[in-house]
Amino acid sequence: MLRYMFKKPQLSSPEFRLLLITILVFLSMAALSPDRFLSSQNLTSMAFQFPEFAILALAMTITMMTGGIDLSVVGVANFSAVTAALILTHFADPSMSGSQSLTWLALAIFAAVLVGCISGFINGILVSFFGLPAILATLGSGLVFTGFAIAMTGGSAVMGFPDTVALIGNSQIIGIPVPLIIFGVLATLLGLILTRTAFGLRVTMYGANPLAALYAAVNIDKMLVKVYMLAGVFSSVSGLIVMSRANSAKADYGSSYLLLAVLIAVLGGINPYGGYGRVIGVVLAVLSMQFLSSGLNMLQVSNFAREFIWGALLILVMVINTYSSRFSTNSGR
Amino acid sequence: MHENNPAPLVELRSVTKKYSGVTALEAVDFSVRPGEAVCLAGENGSGKSTLIKIISGVEPASGGSIFFNGNEYPKITPRLAASMGVMVIFQDFSLFPNLSVAENIAFGSLLSSELKVFDRSKTVLIAQKALDQIGVDIDLETRVENLSVAQKQLVAVCRALASKARLIIMDEPTTALTQKEVRRLQDIIQMLKLNGVAVIFVSHKLSEVLEVSEKVFVLRNGKKVAEGPASDFDTTKLTYHMTGKDVSLSDPGSLSKDAATLMEVSSLTKHGAFADINFNLRAGEVLGITGLLGSGRTSVAKAIFGLVEPDSGSIRVDGEKLELGDPQKSAAAGIGYVPEDRLTEGLFLTQSIMRNVAIGRLDSHTSGYILNIVSLLDEAQSWLKKLSVKAPNVDAPVQSLSGGNQQRVALARWLARSPRILILNGPSVGVDVGSKAEIHEIIRTLSASGIGILVISDDLPELLSTCHRILVMRDGSIIDSFDRNNVNEGDLAQRLAS
Amino acid sequence: MNFISKDLLKRNETLVAVVIALFCIIATIADPRFFSITTVSDLLRASIVIGILAVGAMVVLVSGGIDVSFTAIAVFAMYSSSVLFLSINPDASWPMIFCVSIAFGAFLGAINGVLIALIGLPTLIVTLGTLSVFRGFLLTFIGSQRISDLPPSMRDFSRGVIARGTTEAGNFYSIPWSVLALLFVIVLTWVILQKTMLGRSIYAIGGSVESARRIGINVKWTQFFVYVYVGALAGLAGIIYGSVGRMADPFSLVGLELSVIAAVVLGGARLIGGYGTITGTLLGVALIVIVQNSLIVIGIPTTWQSVTIGLLILIGTGLPAYRAKKVAKNAG
Repeated sequence: MLRYMFKKPQLSSPEFRLLLITILVFLSMAALSPDRFLSSQNLTSMAFQFPEFAILALAMTITMMTGGIDLSVVGVANFSAVTAALILTHFADPSMSGSQSLTWLALAIFAAVLVGCISGFINGILVSFFGLPAILATLGSGLVFTGFAIAMTGGSAVMGFPDTVALIGNSQIIGIPVPLIIFGVLATLLGLILTRTAFGLRVTMYGANPLAALYAAVNIDKMLVKVYMLAGVFSSVSGLIVMSRANSAKADYGSSYLLLAVLIAVLGGINPYGGYGRVIGVVLAVLSMQFLSSGLNMLQVSNFAREFIWGALLILVMVINTYSSRFSTNSGR
Repeated sequence: MHENNPAPLVELRSVTKKYSGVTALEAVDFSVRPGEAVCLAGENGSGKSTLIKIISGVEPASGGSIFFNGNEYPKITPRLAASMGVMVIFQDFSLFPNLSVAENIAFGSLLSSELKVFDRSKTVLIAQKALDQIGVDIDLETRVENLSVAQKQLVAVCRALASKARLIIMDEPTTALTQKEVRRLQDIIQMLKLNGVAVIFVSHKLSEVLEVSEKVFVLRNGKKVAEGPASDFDTTKLTYHMTGKDVSLSDPGSLSKDAATLMEVSSLTKHGAFADINFNLRAGEVLGITGLLGSGRTSVAKAIFGLVEPDSGSIRVDGEKLELGDPQKSAAAGIGYVPEDRLTEGLFLTQSIMRNVAIGRLDSHTSGYILNIVSLLDEAQSWLKKLSVKAPNVDAPVQSLSGGNQQRVALARWLARSPRILILNGPSVGVDVGSKAEIHEIIRTLSASGIGILVISDDLPELLSTCHRILVMRDGSIIDSFDRNNVNEGDLAQRLAS
Repeated sequence: MNFISKDLLKRNETLVAVVIALFCIIATIADPRFFSITTVSDLLRASIVIGILAVGAMVVLVSGGIDVSFTAIAVFAMYSSSVLFLSINPDASWPMIFCVSIAFGAFLGAINGVLIALIGLPTLIVTLGTLSVFRGFLLTFIGSQRISDLPPSMRDFSRGVIARGTTEAGNFYSIPWSVLALLFVIVLTWVILQKTMLGRSIYAIGGSVESARRIGINVKWTQFFVYVYVGALAGLAGIIYGSVGRMADPFSLVGLELSVIAAVVLGGARLIGGYGTITGTLLGVALIVIVQNSLIVIGIPTTWQSVTIGLLILIGTGLPAYRAKKVAKNAG
């Protein structure tokens, strides 16, 4: 029975392949710029950077496991951040005392997460109750959420927070960057949800065969709403981290993160048609992408080239997945 | 001129087919002459699909020779078969729901004429000609998605004709037809034959097989075991050939006279599906519902389980009114449903056996928010053991199991929820004969424990060996109710067909 | 049954037409000058690029796929052909430049075609990838500078008009050549879809891929054609955009795909494939363009534009989806 507690990693599993890829990327980048890549400064800096998009990837993951997708993650993130930012700038100012500003910070965080919740709820209702395909539902809702953020800010950035805001994204606890801790907590939480809760198992099985889930008397609508709400909350947390690190909030931050989130999910072994995915895979994919990103940065590769490489990677991974599944006899994952 | 003895359209001599170690067909001789209607009968796994695949060029034979019109062809491709006039009509009809009837009928013919331009008037001409040939009237401009199943089948037949078919192979053609429609199909077959077109039916439905064909060809385990005019066969003889066993009808268990009423269905009506359905189910009673598909029997079953919402009427379970149209409410009331199509509706093929069994019990094994996987596993394994499922590794995907074992997993899932009422739709479809008998035994055991069971089936021997009472439905209404002791297979078959 | 099916088809398109009319009425009430030929000619101008892209996107949707990379293809083709001719022959005629841009577009479309039609990868995610690949490649290897000194023939094209004039009321209007390009695309696509076996095969594949295979349609090459076609159209749209805007901006166009897809789905094309008409698509484009241009007149600040379009998508696709869900549930 112990094997259900700790699933032994199989050598043939996609996650193990990913581990190899992650190590490979790390070593390559280290080899290309040894002094800078391996410096503690770089390692810390990476640990501060990746949680932003990594948490979005987690949001993408759970929606993809149901066979859907959430194209509104960035919109929700910005909407949440803008909401928090406006509360902070209207009711708190940089000159406030520590404890006062902390109260307002807490309120702002609560508001942001609430926005994420409600946005996710709307997505869930669109997909379950209205029966809209996830692509269209989240495409439209993403526009609406981004639109709200634009309308609330007039299109410009919101600035002028008390200092405490910077703590979320820039401080460390016992030497570990706070964003990393947040990511770690959320990733572990998602992993536990997917493997150790009734809800998580239902998510996986629904993704594997939605019709059979109906016949098994699974409450599909309720499950889908929860899925998208979870994605919404994760997105809002990501938005808060971005806000803290940029010390501002804007409606169009992180526009390239949508592609990155999809890439990481697919790279991490999530089946876009639903029914399969492991959080550890996503974590490894996140690390690979971060190592690649930082390494490329050090090689003075431009942002544009990075976009090119990400797109090419996504396609490469999909081609490999397609051909390896065609040749594999073991389709039972 | 061989007017009295035309060369066969298709002839297979000693054809064999092996798939990596499994022999699907062994030294089979088969032939069809122009204008002949043959029924290819056999259980699932008998090799009938393989035979069809070989004739239509989808699969190459491993041995033997194949002749079209007297000429041997060493290698047959789908294109070659199509040029010989071999057309297969699959169970899903392979139509385009978004295109018109005319386009669907004419598409194949237009494609083979290699024209690049699409001529709408020509399309209409081709389509109308095919419709006239079989004497049917369907509006050519309607989108196929708006047609009934029977009409879709007619469109599929017309398409085969328009593509100059000489041999039409129909896969399980009567599965989705009402009686009236089956008769119309029979008339159409006659017309096809008059036009010199040969027809092969692939079927496992005994009564319809005999009615519609003039020659029967029975396969079992890849070998031909019987061949001859349909008049030489009856259902018992056919069953014997198809299964290789003298399947003697066993009896359902006894039913206590004092058994309480478990479920009362009153005036259940749904426009277009069923009307004024009334029946009771007692504890420990096995009630069969039969009728040709289209009779509404599956809709009634789904309505009880909440997958279909009736327009009016009520259902009471243990005296309590059941909230209709919600599967969760039905499940909570103790109703379980094992669907007809195990592969797409009943099971999560890629998921583990354990998960397939446990899916209904997840909340029961949750404390706080955490799932107790150990207890879940224990419970699942105990059910698998009770139902004698041969599954050495519960983590293996359920698709790795045989049909019979898969069906047991589907059953185990609902049994684990301690149902009061179990609805079994086609409990032994696609299951080998041995497992079938075992499943019937399971039904008997369950009824003895007080569970009320509804068996939806068109397998008459199955109904007779498991049910205490049998309801016959037609066109959405219950037309008859038989007590097991007062009816035999012949009566039932007659009632169904009349 | 015939009437019902025709009716349902009309329903979506009439709904869109009604909403368009509504917007126009409200806008005219807010500002009577809205209802003038100037507005029409302005709206027409604004519709051309989106219109060409939308027709292409519709063909993809009809075939059962979805392509989000066409804007990247458009800007890539536009920028590359501009750069190419500026360096080898700045005096080239605009037809030549346009053909090269179309060729570039077709080539990039072919890449999509290989990945989707020949290898069989899922369309949304792959085109998300190629969008980044094309744009990233453009910005990294071809150039990231905005170029305003374009080949003069492109400027000539942008100046060309079919008709221009001033009405008695003093309203100025001009209908540029690019309208002809849109018309050409509409007619060509209509002919392909309605008058050729290739076009009917596209609908067939969208309706049921498996049935299409069984009946002998060459699914792979038909799908391949679809992506090449949408790429070519994107190339045309891009070069027109650049000519009319008098600038080759490698950062432009991308971001427009949302509006284009919105127009196409509002016009009745379905994500599952097999459904979509040019009329519907054009109506969808008209709706999007009118909404984008009338909001200010109505008094809604441009900052609310995204919200409006997003809501339009949700309502425009949500209601039919909900209706379809109810119908399916009632089928029993």
